[in-house]
Amino acid sequence: MALAVNVQSEFRRRVESERAYLVRYASLQLRNADTVEDVVQETLLAALAGESSFGGRSNLRTWLTGILKHKVIDAIRRQSRETAISGDTGEGGSEFDALFEANGHWVEHPAAWEHPDASLEQKQFFAALEECLARLPARIAQAFMMREHLGSDTEEICNKLGVTPTNCGVMLYRARMALQLCLDKNWFGK
Amino acid sequence: MTINCREAARLVSEGLDKELPAEAQLRLRAHLAICRGCKNLSDRLAFLRKAVRKIADRGDSG
Repeated sequence: MALAVNVQSEFRRRVESERAYLVRYASLQLRNADTVEDVVQETLLAALAGESSFGGRSNLRTWLTGILKHKVIDAIRRQSRETAISGDTGEGGSEFDALFEANGHWVEHPAAWEHPDASLEQKQFFAALEECLARLPARIAQAFMMREHLGSDTEEICNKLGVTPTNCGVMLYRARMALQLCLDKNWFGK
Repeated sequence: MTINCREAARLVSEGLDKELPAEAQLRLRAHLAICRGCKNLSDRLAFLRKAVRKIADRGDSG
């Protein structure tokens, strides 16, 4: 009996030790700190209740992240139902028009990034990437992370965020343009 | 009928989300073949996708 209790608290300790990682992961997709706290808490509770379904068969963090993704999607769905479209969808993507001349040519051609794949081995690169993600407007970031991180298709994103397909495309375009500019400046540009 | 860089940039992004109509695909390909800047943008966005998908994998090892 004492052994069972120990095993249980060991699992609890391991799950709890992933909290900081889960908070960081959820923060990439949800801007509201309370919502982040909620989804992480829900994830930890679901994990502790579902220890038997974990069964040690996969990496604990992978398993927790799997649960968290569903909680994040639920939270996004709740949010978009509660809030009217905030106007933060960047209709027209006009801020990036500054990158182009009136005739549609680049003001300044994007340069090639040298050996970008080598960056994927560097911790600091991901810190820079996460910083760039954190600078995106909330809804733009949400759309982008749903697409690239959770693997949703655009139809699903439009539905969940309550925007038109055209708007969806514009949001993703804005996210990508902002991120490549940010990475160019903060990582590759030096 | 050719496209300019602004249009090409939009198509590059759109192409990451859905299959482009054949005509748009042709125009984009023709543009990328002659425009270094747009080709670089296209490479940057492909790399961006790869990097973002790696955020989760990375965490799994440590």
